[in-house]
Amino acid sequence: MSEDRAVKTDPSRSSFYIDDDYYAALAADFAGWQRDDAEIADMGLRDSCRRFLEREARLLDDGRSDDWLGLFAPECLYWVPAAVGGGDPRREVAIAFDDRRRLEDRVFRLASPWAWSQQPASRTSRIVANVAVFATGDDDIVMTRASFQISEFHAGDYRTWAGWYGHRLRRAGDGWEILVKQVNLIDCDRNLRNPSITL
Amino acid sequence: MDGLTPTPPARLDGYDFDYLIQEDRVHRHIYTEEPIFRAEMNRVFGAVWVYLGHESQIPNNDDFVQTKLGLRPIVLVRDSAGKFRALYNRCTHRGSTICRQESGSAKAFQCPYHGWTFLNSGEIRGVPWPEGYADDFSDSKFNLAQVPRVDSYKGFIFGTLNMDAPPLLDYLGPVAVPLAEWVDRHPGGKVSLCNANRLKLHGNWKLVYDNSADGYHVVFSHRSLLAMENRLADVEDKGMTFYKESPDTAPMYVYYFGNGHHFKDKRGNVERGTPGALWAIEGVAPGMEFFEDKLRRDHPARADEFLDLAASEPMNINVFPNLHILGNHIQVVQPISVTETDTTWWGTAVVDDDNVLDGAVDDINAIRMRTQEGFPNFGEVDDIVNFEQIQVGLRAEEDEWAYTHRGLGLPDRFVVDDAGTIRGPATDEVFLREYFKEYRRLMTTEPNIRIARDV
Repeated sequence: MSEDRAVKTDPSRSSFYIDDDYYAALAADFAGWQRDDAEIADMGLRDSCRRFLEREARLLDDGRSDDWLGLFAPECLYWVPAAVGGGDPRREVAIAFDDRRRLEDRVFRLASPWAWSQQPASRTSRIVANVAVFATGDDDIVMTRASFQISEFHAGDYRTWAGWYGHRLRRAGDGWEILVKQVNLIDCDRNLRNPSITL
Repeated sequence: MDGLTPTPPARLDGYDFDYLIQEDRVHRHIYTEEPIFRAEMNRVFGAVWVYLGHESQIPNNDDFVQTKLGLRPIVLVRDSAGKFRALYNRCTHRGSTICRQESGSAKAFQCPYHGWTFLNSGEIRGVPWPEGYADDFSDSKFNLAQVPRVDSYKGFIFGTLNMDAPPLLDYLGPVAVPLAEWVDRHPGGKVSLCNANRLKLHGNWKLVYDNSADGYHVVFSHRSLLAMENRLADVEDKGMTFYKESPDTAPMYVYYFGNGHHFKDKRGNVERGTPGALWAIEGVAPGMEFFEDKLRRDHPARADEFLDLAASEPMNINVFPNLHILGNHIQVVQPISVTETDTTWWGTAVVDDDNVLDGAVDDINAIRMRTQEGFPNFGEVDDIVNFEQIQVGLRAEEDEWAYTHRGLGLPDRFVVDDAGTIRGPATDEVFLREYFKEYRRLMTTEPNIRIARDV
């Protein structure tokens, strides 16, 4: 494989997968998915999703950002809308709309000693709760909704982040990988102080 | 406006601005003292043309959006006749806000407390059970207060309470030129706001203004961003990397225009007029490769021109006291208290009402949204923490001064043109010294503040 070809097929190096179809599918996947008749009651499946989300929270609280990145599929999205309901990312800016490469940029920057917004690094404690799992048209993919509250201690100050996560998860081996993580802050359309931690 | 009592002057006993603002330094009190902040809300924000909002936020008659003038709650409207007005969001009856929605469309506002109702011109329309009043409410004193002078330039709506302020264009002066250049690179000479990265800091509002033309901090405050932008070898020399070497010898300059306005022009680093030159230095963004390929395939003759519209314009235009244009952002600074400030980075989208872009506008914006999310996420957060840490450092009472003297005493670093515009190298603090002189003049001058009620 040529170097050029390698770059073009590596979502860590180039961004071809965020295309027209991707935006269209994202809008469809994140509209009307929390239907009562699609909620999965199976305890085993729910528990497996809940454990996955709890592990994700643990990795973030413990600063294991490379392991956290490893939870994401190669072609993934970390999305923090600036509009209640998500808005239209093709036509408006988001708080964050990170593809694989930008998510790796985010982790790289925070790991550098010069990210002053995280010097010293915040300590966080996350509670992920009220996990509900929803079926999609694809047996290998589920959507989860979970409430979160993040207590952050940074440079002598306590602050709280709250809202709910919408995860689009795909089966991978015995567990799951994240296709999309949508972070819905209750104050997404208000001015936020030092929004530099990964939510 | 006859018969109205002017806003009483803020008391400034004991503060001598000739002492606080010196040629080479400023005193910590201008950032830390509550009485000075209160006075600024009148003597600065009450005296000059303040940016209130963008025309694209209220595109149709009857549209409104909430904003502030200093700390005054304002509803900015395009009234039923199409006129821009800045109404005080304050019922004339008991003082409650009459509008609680961020934005929307309304021909009238009804106070939720006692039901007094006002047209979106500010004129009172009626009160419940008027037989209980001896007045007939035809007196304009019951109309909503409004900012007496509202004007717009290139889509930017400003208002001033000061009857003695010059006309808006005179107030802008030479800064109107880069402002127009920034807007006019877009089709139809306009952009549309498209949501925002909204940030808050525990620091004084001037810390943001001080930084806005500062080319000195970039390689230090943004070191993590520069390292990130150069993480992949094939994106070397993108983004802000033209600061890497010696910024004072690069073809980028800081300008001071008068009236507190300044400008950092980095366009000398790109070949202006060469299509694709801006795009060539744009950092990486989600989807950029797909949409670049698509634009090159669908519009082979114009793809470079279109891609430049998705790329950031390397300009920092600073209109005193609260409007900043950076890249493609419209950044608005909102003081909250002496030690708290909101800074909102509005994204801008390309609009193509006349379809001069051959249907490419959506693809251009799909890239442009993503390029704009980079700096607030990976650059501004570090600046803001540094501003907050200035506020912490300035608590040291005995260590009174902050210096502004880079370039002072080195006249060869500057060029002054016939209009009085000063040009210096990119890292120079001449813009700080000059805007603080204007700030000192304002803080020692009583503005002629009035509100209007006649509609």
